[in-house]
Parts: sequence; C-alpha cells; structure tokens
Amino acid sequence: MKLVRSFNASRISGVILAYTALLFGALIASPAYAEYGLNFKTPVTEIAHIEYDLHMLILYICIAIFVVVFGVMFYSIYAHRKSKGSVAAKFSHSTNAEIIWTVIPIIILVTMAIPSTEALIRMEDTTNSDMTVKITGYQWKWHYDYMDHDVEMFSSISTPRAQIENKQEKGENYLLEVNNHVVLPINKKIRLLITANDVIHAWWVPELGAKKDAIPGFINEIWTKIDKPGRYRGQCAELCGKDHGYMPIVVDAVTEEEFEAWVQKQKQG
Amino acid sequence: MTATTADHHDDHHDHHPSGIGRWLFSTNHKDIGTMYLWFSFCMFIIGGLMALIVRAELFMPGLQLVTPHFFNQMTTNHALIMIFGAAMPVFVGLANWQIPMMIGAPDMALPRLNNWSFWLLPPAFTLLIGSLFSPGGAPAGGWTMYPPLSIQTGMGMDMAILAMHMMGISSIMGSINIIATILNMRAPGMHLMKMPMFVWTWLITAFLLVTSIPVLAGAITMLLTDRHFGTQFFDAAGGGDPVMFQHIFWFFGHPEVYILILPAFGVISQVIPTFSRKPLFGYSSMVFAVAAIAFLSFIVWAHHMYTVGMPLAGELFFMYSTMLISIPTGVKIFNWVATMWRGSMTFETPMLYAIGTVFLFSIGGFSGLMLAITPSDFQYHDTYFVVAHFHYVIFGGTITGAFCAVYYWLPKWTGHMYDEKLGKIHFWLTVIGMNITFFPQHFLGLAGMPRRIPDYSLQFTEFNMMSTGGALLLGLSQILFLYIVMKAIKGGEKATDQVWDGAEGLEWTLPSPPPAHTFTTPPLVK
Ligand SMILES: [Cu+2]
Repeated sequence: MKLVRSFNASRISGVILAYTALLFGALIASPAYAEYGLNFKTPVTEIAHIEYDLHMLILYICIAIFVVVFGVMFYSIYAHRKSKGSVAAKFSHSTNAEIIWTVIPIIILVTMAIPSTEALIRMEDTTNSDMTVKITGYQWKWHYDYMDHDVEMFSSISTPRAQIENKQEKGENYLLEVNNHVVLPINKKIRLLITANDVIHAWWVPELGAKKDAIPGFINEIWTKIDKPGRYRGQCAELCGKDHGYMPIVVDAVTEEEFEAWVQKQKQG
Repeated sequence: MTATTADHHDDHHDHHPSGIGRWLFSTNHKDIGTMYLWFSFCMFIIGGLMALIVRAELFMPGLQLVTPHFFNQMTTNHALIMIFGAAMPVFVGLANWQIPMMIGAPDMALPRLNNWSFWLLPPAFTLLIGSLFSPGGAPAGGWTMYPPLSIQTGMGMDMAILAMHMMGISSIMGSINIIATILNMRAPGMHLMKMPMFVWTWLITAFLLVTSIPVLAGAITMLLTDRHFGTQFFDAAGGGDPVMFQHIFWFFGHPEVYILILPAFGVISQVIPTFSRKPLFGYSSMVFAVAAIAFLSFIVWAHHMYTVGMPLAGELFFMYSTMLISIPTGVKIFNWVATMWRGSMTFETPMLYAIGTVFLFSIGGFSGLMLAITPSDFQYHDTYFVVAHFHYVIFGGTITGAFCAVYYWLPKWTGHMYDEKLGKIHFWLTVIGMNITFFPQHFLGLAGMPRRIPDYSLQFTEFNMMSTGGALLLGLSQILFLYIVMKAIKGGEKATDQVWDGAEGLEWTLPSPPPAHTFTTPPLVK
C-alpha cells in the first residue's frame, strides 16, 4: 500500500538541523556566558579547576562525535529518500565498518579515562592538610567544628520567611544566605570531614568543586585549597526532607591574618 | 483482508465472555496487551499531572502552590508512577500483543499467569496513589527511598512498599511468561538468530527483570523490617549501614534503566528497516550489543553513588565499567544509521519517532558518558544536569520509543490507518515540547541548581520558566495522541495486511485487525 506523503522531508530535516545547531551552539558557547548560568561557576580551587577542565574536554569530545554521527544520519535522511528516487541498497553487513566503529570509540574512551584517572587520584589525596573542619548535616542546618581552633557553630538559612512566601521582595541572594558564614583561610590545604546527625545530606559548594555526602555513622573526607578570597555559596545536594531546599552554605575565603582575627573573635564571643 | 470472517472462523472453539468479563477473565494475549497499553496510558497521564504540579511550583522562585512536603510527594510519586506504571507496562503490553504474532505462536505460553500479571497492577497503583491520602502523606523521600529519610516517612511508605512488591511480582511473572513464550513457542524454522530484534531485546530484558526485581524486593523488605520489626540493616546507630541500601537499590536500579530502554531499541530496530526499505544492518552485532549492555548493566551500579565516599579503587572500577557501556550502545546507533544509509526512506510517523528516539536518546547517552567521569560527576551529581540526562533517556528513549511502536502497529491492531497528518503534528509537538522542557535543565544543573528542591535562588528563574512552558506544551500534546488513537479505533482508512510496504515479519502476514486467535497452526519460517 502506498501512503500519501504530504510533507516535504528536506524542509523537515532542515528544521531538525537548525534546531540541533541552536541547542548545541548554545552549549558550545557556554564558557563565554558563564555569568548567565549556562556552565560551571568560575572555579576557585585546584579541584574545581580539574573538574572544569575535564568537563569541558569530555563535552567537546561528545559534541564532536555527535556532530559527525548525526551529520551522517541527517545527510542520509536528506539524500536517501524515496521521494528523491533513492533505490534501497541490499547490504546488511560490513565486518570492516563494524571493527572500525568499535575500535575508534575504545581509543576515544582511553583518551578520556587517562586524565580522569589522574584527576581522581589527585582529588582523593587528603594527606598533608594544614587544618581540619568537621561538618555535620542536621535537618535542616549545618554544624561546623574547627577542630584545630576550638571554634564551633551552627549555620542556618537567614532568608526571611516572608520572602519565601512571596510577601516581601526577594533579596539578591535569596535562599543562599545564612546566619553564620564558614570562614576559611585561602592558600591552605583544608581537610573537610563530613558527616550527618539524622538523615543523609550532601555538602556542596560549586566554586570549590567540593561535594560529598554527609551520612550518619560515617565520616567522609575531602580537601580544598582556595586560591581567591571571596564569598562562595552552595546548598545541600541530597534530598533530606521537607526543608532540603533551605539549607544553604556560605563560605567566606579570607587571608590568613583575617582568619586568625576571626578565630579570636569567635573565641571571645 | 476482512477481519470479521476470520474472527468467526477462529472463535468457534472458544467461549468468549462478553462485557467486563471479557477483560477480567481474559487469557488472550491481545486483550491483555490492550489492557496493559491503556493502563500505562492512564498512569502516563497521572504521572504527567504530578510532573506538571512540580513544574508549576518551579515556574517562579518562592512557594506559590504547594508545600515543600507535598512537592516532595509529587516528585517521588511522579517517578514511581512513570517508571513502574507507564514505562514498564507499556512495553509489557507491546510484548503481549506482538511477541506471539512475531514468532508465530498462538498465544503467550502461560495465559492465566498473564491475566494475573496484569490484574496485580490496578490494585498496586491504587495502593500507591492512595498513600497520598494516608496520614503523613505519600512517600516523599524520592523514588530511590534512601534510608534514613525513608524510615522517617509515615504509613504511606508502607503502602508504597506493599505496592512495589505487587508490581515486582507482576513484572517477574510477566517476564517468566515472555521467556517461556520466546524459548518454547517459536514457529518451526525460526531459530534464535532469526528472531525479530524486538523479540530479542525483550528476551534479554526479561532476564534482566527476573534477576534485578528480586533484589529490589529484598531492599524494600529490609526497609520495612527496619521500620517496624526492630532490625537495623540500614541504621548506623544499630551497627547497620545506610550506604548498603544504596548499593542494593542501584544493583536493581541500573539494570532497571536498561529494562526501560532495551525494548525501545527493539522497536526502532523494527521500524528503521521498514521505512528504509532495507534489512537491518549488522543483525548479529545488534544481538551481541544488547547482550553486552545487559551484562554490563550489572557491574556499573555504583556510578549513581560517586559522592558517598567510596575508596579510590571502587570509584575507578565503576568509572571504567560505565564508560564501557558506550561501546555496545555506540554500535547500536551506528548500525541504525548504517541501516538508513542508501535506503529508500519515507517518513511516516513511526519513522519520525524512530529517528527522534535515536537522536534524543543519544543526547542522553552523551550526558551519561559525562556523568560516568567520576571527577566531573562530583559537580553534576544531584543537580538538574542529572534530571535532564535521565529524562532524555527515559522520555527521549523509552517513551518516544513506545509512541513509535504504537504508531507502527496501531493499523495492525485496529485495522485502520491512523490520521497521518495528526500523527506528524503529535510528533513535532512532543519533540519540541520535550526539548524545551528538558534541554534548559542541563544549564540549570551546570550552573548549580540542586534537584528535588521546591524553591530556588533567583539566577535560575529564566530557564525554569522555559522548562515549565515546555512541560505544559508536552503535556497538552498528549491529548492529541489520545484523540488520534481513539479516531483510529473508531474508523478510518482500511489498513492492508502488510500495512507498510517495507514491512517484513510474521505479524504482517495476518489480517488487520488480527482475529482473537492467530497462528493456531504455526507458520513455517524459511
Ligand atoms: Cu540536607
């Protein structure tokens, strides 16, 4: 039976191509538009740099493969249409082709795996740290214990309830502001011990590239070494109950002198 | 050609109950298949409405419509209903209708078991959805049900656990039935390596189901005994281990992903050759690729858990094994493209959906490869990037694959051609709506928006608005789908037996619509 075909396939494949170009153009261009929230925030630690570089490398490889494979597919859609008089070939097998498209992906995967392995080994090395902060997740706030400085504090969201309920205009840092900031010195290797008191949480500050689950009964560790003074905001990343969206993290990265002064002030206060 | 005469001829040895009894007591693979398909469509709508509640709340920062607790119930139940109620049953329905017709069998091997598999589902989902009205509400700890959070939930969690046990029993029985049918009831001459790809993918999927569902059953049973019977499997204070739950859950959960996608791969491996008018390229490598994916799916589970604090060696192992999956997956995609290459293609709705599935699934596949890379996953994990990824896989792969199958076989089932023009409109609305909904979520995730939050900081507003708009379009487009299917059931251009001029296989030798009992004498496959 011959079906009535009332549409123009070349126009449609054109639309598909344009659409693809739009989607991926946006993604490729994303590093330049980082401030508009299309890509990772600007990294401020070695780990976040490693993650960013690896992310971009894999992304570009994926886009390249995507363009090649779907370029071939859309060319075929364009050229091998019945309406253009294309007569179906009979082949259904080619050992050479199948070997080629098994081997090439293996090579690509190996080139991805090598830098990934190096990065992971570097990231998991928490030895030789200068100081330790123990972080404990609670429903729904964080507790920080500066184990070498005898300072501890709770830190919870300070965005007014009225803003959340739309009764007041939302501030610039809506949902990303807390009563007690985590003050950390720059250029020090800081070991973070992460655990929880009730359910599983996850401590995450994107600019530090630090994310680790906070699990009751377990102590996880990561390290961070911040290059640039500044204020970095993050959130709990593991669903932890009704106020999971309301347990932000604010890190203040300061110079060593400022950090010492802050520690003294905490001890007196 | 005319179905009615064949109907009476074949039916004389069978006493068909009429009315509700036809469906309640049915042991006919076609009737049960129809029930599965309608059931999954209902669940698709209910799960979709839940998603729309989620998207509506996320349209703007601030809490507008629902409380955070209700929001969490919606995300959790949306996932459970879509996975267990829509995506899995739709392919069981397709298997019921198609496998006997494709292998030349008169029915499924175990027809009464088939009836029971289906009829477990309505009570299971009544229980699950009913948990919304229980004290404390439905489960709200995510479909992954991680303890200790899931221990905190009220009795809704127990209802969900019982419901999931019923769904699991249903799936296991359905799978046993499919395995028994495929291994025992093929027409003479149909060797394993001559089976249509849809049958192959289902055979392997059924093995994945019987292997992984009992593991889920174990996990949720341990959860239940932790909740009520004083065990402490997952309670660190009692010497248990909350991470162990995650290992057990994902040992089920990762094969589950392939349970959802492999039958869709099977469908498009039928559809692309039909509309390319050319045999499937690399049939045996397709079979081996599916088998390889199935095997690998059991050794990659902890890539969902890179941030739990695994030892370095563990993280490396799961990174490498996960990366390996892209090889057989790539082989499949290359084979589909090679099938299209130098074909004589036409682009009826099933073909559009098949191409759409390959395209959208590949986007999900590439983001999956990115997520496999442990160091960068530390940034992606539990963000909207993951949400975008799995919706490209499950909506872009599984659900569009199911649409592809319905349009492909609907003329066979109903005896009428569906409205081609409306089918194409449905395709474009679905694909455009899907991309507007989920593509911006990649950016949200990279920019740092965690998943499963009812409210977000101001920087994420624009993309969330876009995503909600897309979701509305996507949801409304499905009304059109319902209309197209209803219209084809009621009437329309008569379908020939062959339906599609490039179609090959036993099901196309039967009348459209096929009589209740087909292949009572097995055909001979040369
Ligand atoms: Cu939390």
